[in-house]
Order: sequence, then structure tokens, then C-alpha cells
Amino acid sequence: MEKVYAGKSVSVDSNGYLTDLSQWNKEIAIEIGKEEGIEEVTPKHFEVLAYLQEQHKKDIALTIRGVGKSGIVDIKELYALFPKGPLKISSKMAGIPRPKSCI
Amino acid sequence: MKNLVILGAGTAGTMMASHLIKKLNKSEWKITIVDQYKTHYYQPGFLFLPFDTYKPEDVKKTIDEFIPKGVKLVREKIESIDKDSDTVLLDTGEKLKYDILIIATGTKTAPGEVEGMLGDYWYKTIFDFYTFEGALALRDKLKTWKGGKLVVHITEMPIKCPVAPLEFAFLADSFFLNKGMRDKVEITYVTPLSGAFTKEKCTTALTYLLKDKNIKIVPDFAVEHIDGENGKIVDYGGDEVPFDLLVTIPTNMGDEVMARSGFGDDMNYVPTDKHTLQTTVKENIFAIGDCTNVPASKAGSVAHFQAEILTENILLYIDGKELKPDFDGHANCFIETGHGKALLIDFNYEYEPVKGKFPFAGIGPLNLLTESRLNHWGKLAFRWIYWNMLLPARKLPFITPKMSKAGKNFN
Repeated sequence: MEKVYAGKSVSVDSNGYLTDLSQWNKEIAIEIGKEEGIEEVTPKHFEVLAYLQEQHKKDIALTIRGVGKSGIVDIKELYALFPKGPLKISSKMAGIPRPKSCI
Repeated sequence: MKNLVILGAGTAGTMMASHLIKKLNKSEWKITIVDQYKTHYYQPGFLFLPFDTYKPEDVKKTIDEFIPKGVKLVREKIESIDKDSDTVLLDTGEKLKYDILIIATGTKTAPGEVEGMLGDYWYKTIFDFYTFEGALALRDKLKTWKGGKLVVHITEMPIKCPVAPLEFAFLADSFFLNKGMRDKVEITYVTPLSGAFTKEKCTTALTYLLKDKNIKIVPDFAVEHIDGENGKIVDYGGDEVPFDLLVTIPTNMGDEVMARSGFGDDMNYVPTDKHTLQTTVKENIFAIGDCTNVPASKAGSVAHFQAEILTENILLYIDGKELKPDFDGHANCFIETGHGKALLIDFNYEYEPVKGKFPFAGIGPLNLLTESRLNHWGKLAFRWIYWNMLLPARKLPFITPKMSKAGKNFN
């Protein structure tokens, strides 16, 4: 399905996650952040998003612990940046798929 | 004489030894497999130990009896891998030179990663069932437990056998019902993911199970510490879930050999090409099973499918030919749902589990993503298949390493 973010139509899955990372831009991340209750998207947020995108491109499964060891933020800071389900919300803002299990 | 060395004689390493002894020219290649332990555990059986459905002797045999004739077993601890000199250093100081190395060191629980998990309450009110010892300690606890709040908890993904925690919750429901004390037990399933089911078709097909079995879900919960004294798990956001009995899946990590060798990711998993199973560490190092960082499930069925493909790629590598990118993430798992029933799922990197028939399109006899008694019998029969077909690398009839789309309802 399609959804309009920051005046741009992008393809998303049923949970609103972008299905094509190449359609992503910073304005889209800011709008998704607003939807998720993040009023101000700071440079630190974008550093985390860039890290997630990089890991995703390398096909590496994301873990909260992995982000905590990334050197960008520790886990507490990650929670402060993306309260209530940090990986779920940061992945959505980064334009990458929602973390999934096998079922 | 050339040397092929396999690190780890678990499911994946043993299967590779069994495949390669049949394929490699014995006058050219010497195969060595290294493992410090004596026991080969049937790990899928750990799920049944706490409920006393399987006995300890049902899940253990010796490593030796599955190492094929002609393969040398070295029972030593591995210190490190020196990729530059193509050498494995053992704990004894002995060195093993290799031309080809296959890493199959698996993944294990690391309960020390979460504050408060190990300590005074470990194996008293806090248990795991991913180890033989943990599963048996939990069995003894369940024998006399009077009921209360049972919390089944995943610390973080990825874990070995990602459906096992859910199966545990389902089987616990059956277990307490059969004991006539289900009304005294509150079952809560706590996950760092957004729900017990994260894929669309599974969510649609399976959400009823949680409702029917009265299992409460707490999603998006990333544990920060465990307070054993007050019986609660606390997440980074400050949320708490109280427990009387906590069955947790600790953080899973790869082997520390990777850290000591200077490769491996944050969780000690081996960086591996997800289609060829060649590592990105060096071209003569391959990896299989739970030890890799490929985004497939960490499960025996995955290792089984990988083993067939990796065997072919090892032969291509020896001949100096291009490797085949044939591993598609294929996994095939029975999921116990309790009351003598089970589900079957079949999926890969690209396609999520869907309903349909397996292995024969339109015929079955097994139903995908639908509860049945036959699937439960399939799960129980799998133990025999594991010891007698999988480990000796005998071909399973009708089941291909690549996932088949036939017989599946994708729409």
C-alpha cells in the first residue's frame, strides 16, 4: 500500500513500515517520529537511524543489545530517544522492516 | 594430504562430517572435527524435559557414536583461529593446520548478560530450559510448584529455536490443566518483539491460541534487570512484570572463540554470506548452523538444509569453481500447541509461513500453519529422524534444501 509522508508517496506494509529504503529521506523520518510521539528528532536520533540502515543493508539482524554496543548510544539512551519499543519505532523511522521472529 | 577441519560436533558439525566423508577423496583429504564435550544432546527434546514427557536419557547420546569412520575426533577446547596462518590453536597449545575450515560452534545462553538473572534465585525461582541442567531443574520445580504467576520471557532476539518459548507456554497450559491446577496459574508471555506473532499470516492464523489458552502477552519489553528478591522483571522503560516463577530465555551468543580470534560480531556470531555460507573472514573459512550471523532461524532444520548446500559449495571451492548462492533461508519446524496437537511451518528468507499442504501439494499429509494431531506425532517422530537420518546425513525423502512453493496458499 501507499502512504504520503512529507508530501511524498511511499510504499509501506500493513504496519506502516517502508518497504523500499530508497524512498526514505529525513523529512519522512521526522513525520513518522511525530506519529510515534517523538516531537523533536535530534542529530542523535539520526545517528541511530543511520546505524540501523547500515546494519540492515548488511543483512544483520538488529538487537537492542547490538545498538547498545554500537558506540552511538547505550541502551538507556536508546530508550530515552525512542520510548516504548525503541527498536520498533526506530526501525519504522529508519525506513527498514519491523523486527520479526519466524512466526 | 590436505586438511579439512570442522569446529564443533553438534548438529551442524556432525552433519558436515557425515556429508564430507562420503564426498571427499580419502587419499587427498583428512577430515578432523574438534569438540571439547562428550555428550551430543537432542536439543529439541529440552522443551519436553520440564514436563517430564521426555526423560533425560531420551535426549543424550555420545558425540563419538555419530562421528563417521574415517573422521578424526579431537576432544579439546578451542583457544582461537589464526586466519592468517590457517591454523586452529587448541587449549593444549597444539596447533591444527587447515586448508579448509568449517565453523559450527553453535550458540549458547549467556544468562550473565542480564543483571540479576544469575545469582541467589537462579534455579530457585528463575529458570531456563535451553540447557540440559536448566530443563531438569525446572522439571523438579514444576513437580512441587503450587501455582502463581508463571512468566515465560525472551530476553532478546535472536535466539535458538525462536518458537520454543511459545511452545513452552502452550505446553505449560496443558500441563497445569492436566494436573487440575490451571486455575491457580496465571501464564504471561513477555517478548521484546511487538507480539507473540510478528508475521501477518501467522498473526491471523494463530492469535486464537493465546486467547483459548488464556495466555497474557506483554510485548515490546526489553529487560534491563531482574529483581529476584521481589519477583519482578524490569524493562529499560521502567515497566515491571511480577513473577512467582520465571522461565527465561537468556541472551543467546556465539562462541567466545570468535572474540578471541578477532572476528565475530557484537554477539560473537560469524559474519557469513547468507546464500553461499562462505564467511567474510577469509575465503577458506565457511560457517554453518547457529554460529553464523545469517538472518535465518537458528534451528536444526536450517542447519540440515544448509549442510546439503555447504557440502556442494565446499566441493566447488576445492575445484576452484564459483560457489552457488543456493541457501534461501529455508526452515521447517513443528510447533507444539499442547493437548496432543502441533503446527507445522515451512518458510525461507523471502516467504513467510502460510497455510497449505506438506510435503505433497494438495495432498499433505501434513497441514501447514494449522493444528493437528498428525503434526504432533511428526514432532515426536522427529527425534528418531534426527539420530538416524539427519546426523548420518541420509537424504530425507521429498524434502528439498530449497523451500518449495508448491501446495502453499500465498494469497
